[in-house]
Amino acid sequence: MNRLSSFNVVSLTFGFAFLYLPMLILVIYSFNKSKLVTVWAGFSTKWYGELLSNEAFLDAAWVTLKVAMISSSIATVLGTMAAYTLVRGGRFFGRTLFSGMIYAPLVMPEVITGLSLLLLFIGIGMDRGVMTIVLAHTTFSMCFVSVVVSSRLATFDRSLEEAALDLGASPFQAFRLITLPIIAPAVVSGWLLAFTLSLDDLVIASFATGPSATTLPMKIWSSVRLGVSPEINALSSILIGLVASGVIIASLISKRNSVRLRLEERTAERL
Amino acid sequence: MVETVFEPWADPNADPLISFKNVTKRFGDFVAIDDLTLDIFEREFFALLGPSGCGKTTMMRILAGFENLTSGSTLLSGHDIAGIPPNKRAVNMMFQTYALFPHLSVWENIAFGLRRDGVAKDVLHARVEEMLKLTRLEKFGRRKPHQISGGQRQRVALARSLAKAPKLLLLDEPLGALDKKLRQETQFELMDIQEQTGTTFVIVTHDQEEAMTVASRVAVMDEGRIIQVATPEKIYEAPNSVYVADFIGDVNILTGPVRAVGADTYSLDFGGSEPMTAASDRSFAEGVTAHLAIRPEKIGIHAERPEGPNSVQGKVLDIAYLGNLSTYHVQLPNGQIIKAQTANTRRVSRRVFTWEDPVWVSWSATAGVLLDR
Amino acid sequence: MRRFLLISVPYLWLLTLFLIPFVIVFKIALSDAALAIPPYMPTMKDGLSAMFSQLDFENFIFLTEDDLYWKAYLSSLKIAFISTVLTLLLGYPIAYAMARAPHEWRATLMMLIILPFWTSFLIRVYAWVGILSTEGLLNRFLFWIGAISEPLMILNTSTAVYIGIVYTYIPFMILPIYAALERLDASLIEAAEDLGCSRMKAFWLITVPLSKGGIIAGCFLVFIPALGEFVIPSLLGGSGTLMIGKVLFEEFFSNRDWPVASAVAVILLIILIIPIILFQRNEQRQQEAER
Repeated sequence: MNRLSSFNVVSLTFGFAFLYLPMLILVIYSFNKSKLVTVWAGFSTKWYGELLSNEAFLDAAWVTLKVAMISSSIATVLGTMAAYTLVRGGRFFGRTLFSGMIYAPLVMPEVITGLSLLLLFIGIGMDRGVMTIVLAHTTFSMCFVSVVVSSRLATFDRSLEEAALDLGASPFQAFRLITLPIIAPAVVSGWLLAFTLSLDDLVIASFATGPSATTLPMKIWSSVRLGVSPEINALSSILIGLVASGVIIASLISKRNSVRLRLEERTAERL
Repeated sequence: MVETVFEPWADPNADPLISFKNVTKRFGDFVAIDDLTLDIFEREFFALLGPSGCGKTTMMRILAGFENLTSGSTLLSGHDIAGIPPNKRAVNMMFQTYALFPHLSVWENIAFGLRRDGVAKDVLHARVEEMLKLTRLEKFGRRKPHQISGGQRQRVALARSLAKAPKLLLLDEPLGALDKKLRQETQFELMDIQEQTGTTFVIVTHDQEEAMTVASRVAVMDEGRIIQVATPEKIYEAPNSVYVADFIGDVNILTGPVRAVGADTYSLDFGGSEPMTAASDRSFAEGVTAHLAIRPEKIGIHAERPEGPNSVQGKVLDIAYLGNLSTYHVQLPNGQIIKAQTANTRRVSRRVFTWEDPVWVSWSATAGVLLDR
Repeated sequence: MRRFLLISVPYLWLLTLFLIPFVIVFKIALSDAALAIPPYMPTMKDGLSAMFSQLDFENFIFLTEDDLYWKAYLSSLKIAFISTVLTLLLGYPIAYAMARAPHEWRATLMMLIILPFWTSFLIRVYAWVGILSTEGLLNRFLFWIGAISEPLMILNTSTAVYIGIVYTYIPFMILPIYAALERLDASLIEAAEDLGCSRMKAFWLITVPLSKGGIIAGCFLVFIPALGEFVIPSLLGGSGTLMIGKVLFEEFFSNRDWPVASAVAVILLIILIIPIILFQRNEQRQQEAER
């Protein structure tokens, strides 16, 4: 009964063309032989070769990965704790302030967050570098993690925890053995979100860093300000490819899991 | 003045309000309605009864204008209504989920259809108040749908669909969401409102009790076809098929070859010790297989063999005490189980039969209906 | 004890790295610029009493006197507003079509909307540079089909900024509207038609009011970040497009005038408080309506 009207088909086609064509063009032109990015001069992978031999880019990529791994892991722990506190913590002193501090970074312009953190680091005389970027990224991404996890916790059936307590588990055991495994998918997607946000961030990292550390987005930024560059096209294509394959693999796994679950349920019914 | 019985379907000169003429509706390969012909008359309370997927909801949606026919035609007061969009039809529908607009108050929900017709303000006001009064919702006009109870929501939906005074009101499982007690009360309320407004009601339901209570006529449907259309009494007492007999109420079916033994009387050999005698208006050829359908309340249960024909011995297998009635499940020597019902007319009485007791069940020749399918 | 740890660790983290930095921004906004490191005074070295007594609103007065700043604020508001409207006009039909699509497609469509969000923001904005420039693909395409004879100047204008904002923020508009439309019971539309509405009328009277929450959420999710946007105007808007995020960045890194940059940030924050509060209230109302 759900046949799409032609208006809806047109909306979807135009919408997705708008979303995906620019990236597709970027990927196509990364294989362009010419240095002039808008003129097609034949297929070549030379820009990928040049990119991979560019030490500065590789260094920046390494810094970025390091920052993203560390900051997203700390942010996941802190964010999950914050989510648990918000959903289950009951009343405590300064609860409103706490939830305000969780939600505010989500809507705060990056320039303000970056500026304020830089002023703090200077104020306390901290050396700026990888360490300060990690602190900055952890701060804003823990808020995203906490939102993701708390939305899962809010729909969590509390009687499961109560059953565990009833069967003799301590509150901490109940959390570790029952709650955590069940909210694990949300925690994992929170970590992924934090990781991506950290990989992606330009503005906050620009404020928080010092001369010793340059992240990949900062490196990209300084080259694209001068205009289109084929090396950046190649780099973008690699990043787009990584993300796309990651998301596709993740969705295939989740689809296979749900199919298996349904299959198992059906066999169970027959038994 | 002689009060005439309301049965326009028996009058060959009466013009039907709605007629389905050879209507077929397919969804891809699935045939929802199969070459169906049916007349419904003005002021009728007509029930479409059947299991889910039998096509009853599709028929209603055809009348409301949400589905187009694959072939055939539907007439409303003699005019073909194919191609008329739902918003231009003098037909309103009460949705199964009620479909009350959550952002509008009860009052505005009822006024919604009238506003679309550009009814003058004072007329609209009067009409909405009248509807609120009819459905006893005067106090709730300002509330939003989520601020009232399920039964009240049901009445809002009814008031909203009646506000435009449609020629025909369609009710899709109108009481399905209510609990049993409220449903029974509401059935009588629906009948009162139908009588007061004189609107033709077509109700879709899978609840046979509901259909029997409210309807002037019931159509029993299966797999896109109408099996029988008749008054509730006829449907119950004179079903035209095993399907209808089985769908409505409880029934015992005895199957076997028949042989004529007199004028309109046949004997049926169902595999018991002796053949049974049954009267029938329908004629059967010698030796064809027929089915005898007998309602449990028409079967007697005795300790000794009673006088007369149609007695079989068996033993009590189960007793279901229902308060007003008791149903005995009696197993015959050939393994078949016969259900016999007795009314518990006295408050204190010794139970006559108990489990494993040998008993006789019996019925008269006219107690059952002999069916060919 | 465990509960205390559970609450206090994230609490203290946010206090130190979120709240205190803001207090510092406010403080510096009230300080004077100085040729020193850090480039403002008074600092803590001047003693606590001097630190507070020497604070004043000089920087804010400066902001009102130099028309660069209030023009930048106004232009940011205008650009954010127009882009929000454009995003809504483009996003609503997409969200609507997604909600009407067959069930088995919806998860895939959702994923396709979210996927760009996982790819680098910077790269998505950068992709438009090659498309919109004077020798870019769009101009060459339009030239080829004969629509233009002179290349259009799109890159380095505010049009490019609108395109960039719409492009990068449209998922934020689509998702809440889709969520609202998907919840919408199809029988409500049928009921409206049954009661005499045309398709169009039913859309305006039922679908739009019932997706209002999603529309409002989507608009704020685009408007709020667009207002402080830095990357898009810097990359696509050229020197002619004034946006406050860009001004702040330049004030800080190029002019090294920290007190003025802080004052710019404080005012941006004050401007943002109103939409943020409205957004929160909308979210709360949505949650209550669901209960």
